[in-house]
Amino acid sequence: MTKSDLIEALAESQSHLALRDVELAVKGVLERMSQSLAGGDRIEIRGFGSFSLHFRPPRMGRNPKSGDAVALSGKYVPHFKPGKELRERVNSRFVSDESSGATPEARTGTDD
Amino acid sequence: MALTKASLAEMLFDELGLNKRESKEFVEQFFEEVRVALEDGDDVKLSGFGNFILRSKSERPGRNPKTGEEIPISARRVVTFRPGQKLKARVEAYAGNQQ
Repeated sequence: MTKSDLIEALAESQSHLALRDVELAVKGVLERMSQSLAGGDRIEIRGFGSFSLHFRPPRMGRNPKSGDAVALSGKYVPHFKPGKELRERVNSRFVSDESSGATPEARTGTDD
Repeated sequence: MALTKASLAEMLFDELGLNKRESKEFVEQFFEEVRVALEDGDDVKLSGFGNFILRSKSERPGRNPKTGEEIPISARRVVTFRPGQKLKARVEAYAGNQQ
């Protein structure tokens, strides 16, 4: 699923909103989330997960072309920890697909 | 203060003029659509932000850290997040004004 697929899906479920507003809202949500992390702030979405920053300490790296050693300064990288509901839902279909072909779910056969 | 669904809904209300109920519902549905895609086995790629990627793990040996007892960790599917270039660059810039 891409950003435009997400916009389409939301436009369908939120049919009272204009497509243009859905587009702006999706971009707005992602921009607000990026801003938060860029400012060193965590994101906590119950049922989905949390985003935080992890520190990568300074290290010596190498220029792959010349082989010269270069000092790399420490930096922060975004990190995502899935929440309980997301973890369980992502795994549930997988487990039932693995254990038997006969999944008692509405949508079968078309996955993968 | 951490960013929450409530703060995202407030942003939609303030900046896009959706009403309170629409804003709250939109934020809820935004994350629900991502969950549904991942649950269906579909990776989610949000350019400029990052990709939510599914990985299938096979069974591996594990241990109960309390008792030391050996128990297998069952095969499972997990979701990982790979931040996009743009987000990584923005977050990296933060390191400068931190310490």
